[in-house]
Amino acid sequence: MTVHARILVLVSVVALLAAVGVASVLHASARADRRNRTQPGGPRVTAGRVTLTEPGRMVFRSMAWGPHRDELTTVPAADPSGPRTASGVRCLRFHAAAGTGVCLQAVHGAVSDTYRALVLDAHLKEKARYAVPGIPSRARVSPSGHFAAWTAFVGGDSYAGTDFSTRAAIADVRTGRLIPSLEEFRIVRDGRPYTSPDVNFWGVTFAADDRTFYATLATRGRTYLVRGDLRTRTVSTVRTNVECPSLSPDGTRIAFKKRVAGLPKDAPWRLYVLDLRTLRETALAEPRSVDDQALWRDDRTLVYALPGDYGADLYEVPADGTVKPHRISAAAVSPAFVP
Amino acid sequence: MYVADSRAHSPAPPGPTGQGAPPSGAPASPAGAVRPLAGRRRAAVAPTVLALGTVSLVTDVSSEMVTAVLPLYLVAGLGLSPLGFGLLDGVYNGFSALVRLAGGHLADRGGGRHKWVAALGYGTSALCKPLLLIAHSLTPIGLVLAADRTGKGLRTAPRDALISLSSSPETRGRAFGVHRAMDTAGALLGPLAAFLILRATVDGYDAVFTVSFCVAVAGVLVLVLFVPGGTARPSGALPSGRTRPTRPRGAVPSAGRTQPTRPVELGGTAPDRTPPPQRPGSPRPSGRPTLRAAVALLHRGDLRRIAVCAALLGLATVSDSFVYLLLQRRLGVPDRWFALLPLGTAAAFLLLAVPLGRLADRIGRRRVFLAGHGALLTVYALLLGSFHGTALPYVVLLLHGGFYAATDGVLMAAASECVPEELRSSGLALVQTGQALARFACSLGFGAAWTVWGDRVALTASTVALVVCAAFSLRLRPAGVAGERREAAAGAGKDEK
Repeated sequence: MTVHARILVLVSVVALLAAVGVASVLHASARADRRNRTQPGGPRVTAGRVTLTEPGRMVFRSMAWGPHRDELTTVPAADPSGPRTASGVRCLRFHAAAGTGVCLQAVHGAVSDTYRALVLDAHLKEKARYAVPGIPSRARVSPSGHFAAWTAFVGGDSYAGTDFSTRAAIADVRTGRLIPSLEEFRIVRDGRPYTSPDVNFWGVTFAADDRTFYATLATRGRTYLVRGDLRTRTVSTVRTNVECPSLSPDGTRIAFKKRVAGLPKDAPWRLYVLDLRTLRETALAEPRSVDDQALWRDDRTLVYALPGDYGADLYEVPADGTVKPHRISAAAVSPAFVP
Repeated sequence: MYVADSRAHSPAPPGPTGQGAPPSGAPASPAGAVRPLAGRRRAAVAPTVLALGTVSLVTDVSSEMVTAVLPLYLVAGLGLSPLGFGLLDGVYNGFSALVRLAGGHLADRGGGRHKWVAALGYGTSALCKPLLLIAHSLTPIGLVLAADRTGKGLRTAPRDALISLSSSPETRGRAFGVHRAMDTAGALLGPLAAFLILRATVDGYDAVFTVSFCVAVAGVLVLVLFVPGGTARPSGALPSGRTRPTRPRGAVPSAGRTQPTRPVELGGTAPDRTPPPQRPGSPRPSGRPTLRAAVALLHRGDLRRIAVCAALLGLATVSDSFVYLLLQRRLGVPDRWFALLPLGTAAAFLLLAVPLGRLADRIGRRRVFLAGHGALLTVYALLLGSFHGTALPYVVLLLHGGFYAATDGVLMAAASECVPEELRSSGLALVQTGQALARFACSLGFGAAWTVWGDRVALTASTVALVVCAAFSLRLRPAGVAGERREAAAGAGKDEK
């Protein structure tokens, strides 16, 4: 083949490839229009006022297609699949308690996305903002509303991008002070001080005393439930194989996802509840793998998200393992309940 | 784990710049025996090297597009939890070393199928991109990534062999430098392209994978169309004017010899261990690269010295992620800048690859290679030291990128000198694999030391290890001195003896 012929072949094939590439980009960008149109049969969403203190409401991120997609919306907790009121505030992850909200957002920059955490007051006004170093994963506000915590995935830099780590941060809402990573805390494992470069924390949950928290610590391929102390800046291991703990309102139990042997590697978890006094575990009646930090709606009921047609749906299950779960709301994630 | 692995596809050597004419007045080197371009622009790089650089650039754009969006895709797109996903990495490291050796051997079999083995590697990786569109859970995605990296392992050694074969010995440092610079440029452009697509779309991961596939196919196409195949040297379609060197009969080195004497066909002696060029079209002699011959390469004093040197220094080369982590801890680099640290290293690598490659051609590859480790040593010292100024991260990243620029391509240029042409891929693969395994061992050891004694002790130990290994490497130079002089005087027509 002459050089001329080669160049001809190259140019024509590259033109073809370019056409395919452009078509795929156009197809994917047309998705924006489809998603901005209200889905038939989906929940009715109207713009309105959303506060974090109106009793008997559930506030969450609505994933329903339409102009209010990904906004914080609210529904009556008694009718979670009913009409939604949207706030105009967009969040990837959200939680609220005692009139304080934390909203983890993506900021679309020119060449890359960055993420940030907003601390919101009861009227969704921004009180503080913090940079989040990676893709947001979990968000929690302490029962008092005085502390907010979030976890982000920080991508590795290896070729195939498969080594991830997590950063768990805690902000003091009253002073604005930030603990950028729980890795700063002293670790006590099985009664002895422990250090390792591979330590990761995620899934913080707070007790009502504004001092104690629980979280997951991972190191050397194992996960631990740790009890943390904000005053002494220490975490101590409690138990292994506990991820994404969630402390019940009465402070006696922890709901968590547990890696169960024999399950597929990409769906390895089941929901359990751990009694902190007896350390007895109860399996919940959810037969699917749950990858979420469950939320206690009250002392008897847990709410969590499972993948759904429009991203995620919310389910509810009793905390004693007796009754099967049921879906309470479609196209919804990251709920918070105002009692 | 190391930028040279991730970005430049392997701790590969610097590419050869083809067709470089030896310094004026120098008698023809064997590879450069026919040098129609002598006296022309000295800086010209062989078209084959530019073609391979283009292939690498384009392929890196493609693969880094995927790498950049993969975490987001797994977490936000598929709702998977990516933790623990990296568990296979360790196991896979060993496997990819084997793949690399196999790729090197396959490429040498049948008389230099470098191009086709490289094409197989690039093609495999290209085919993995559309598979990502249909893989929606961790296991299939893990398999696709493993296949992708198998392709990468296959192609690395043959590609570096092609670079070395298409450049004259005295310009190899520059050739590999040009290749590495182009490769790294692709790695920097890839994430940018991916984010532009994500910006223009909604959840456009499918578009990213599709575009990545198209780009990868274009890369394979450039390879197939513009890199001379088989045993062809940079003659072929490329106006390099080089003729194709003969493989000397019995070029499989006898143990311990620095270098076989070989017939000089075109006048001049071989300053380099590559066989003399052959007239185009003349039949290839039969030197058959067997597995045994590949293993026997290690009996060659010069190659063994390079391999041992690279492996030893690899044992003290702390993984990039540890360097960034240490930098962050020591200097309090904010989290949001953390992701940018690898870009700093890559940018320095990009800028310095060509100048340092040229420098290696001039003053000796070994010297530059060791100086590169001096830069790494300085990085360790700065991380251990008490100076915490704002300039420190920049200095550290510049030195870190300089370390790669002075060692990655330069090592391959140096190793190319010691491997006969018909075993070029196998020989380069041996050196790369030894280095990669040593670095992997270092990562494991460093992680363990950090766990037990803390980061400072681990880094101090690495610093001491680096000094010891470097001192040992400095002593490992008996023939290296001659080799170095040879390199420095490349093209001067001196017999290497």
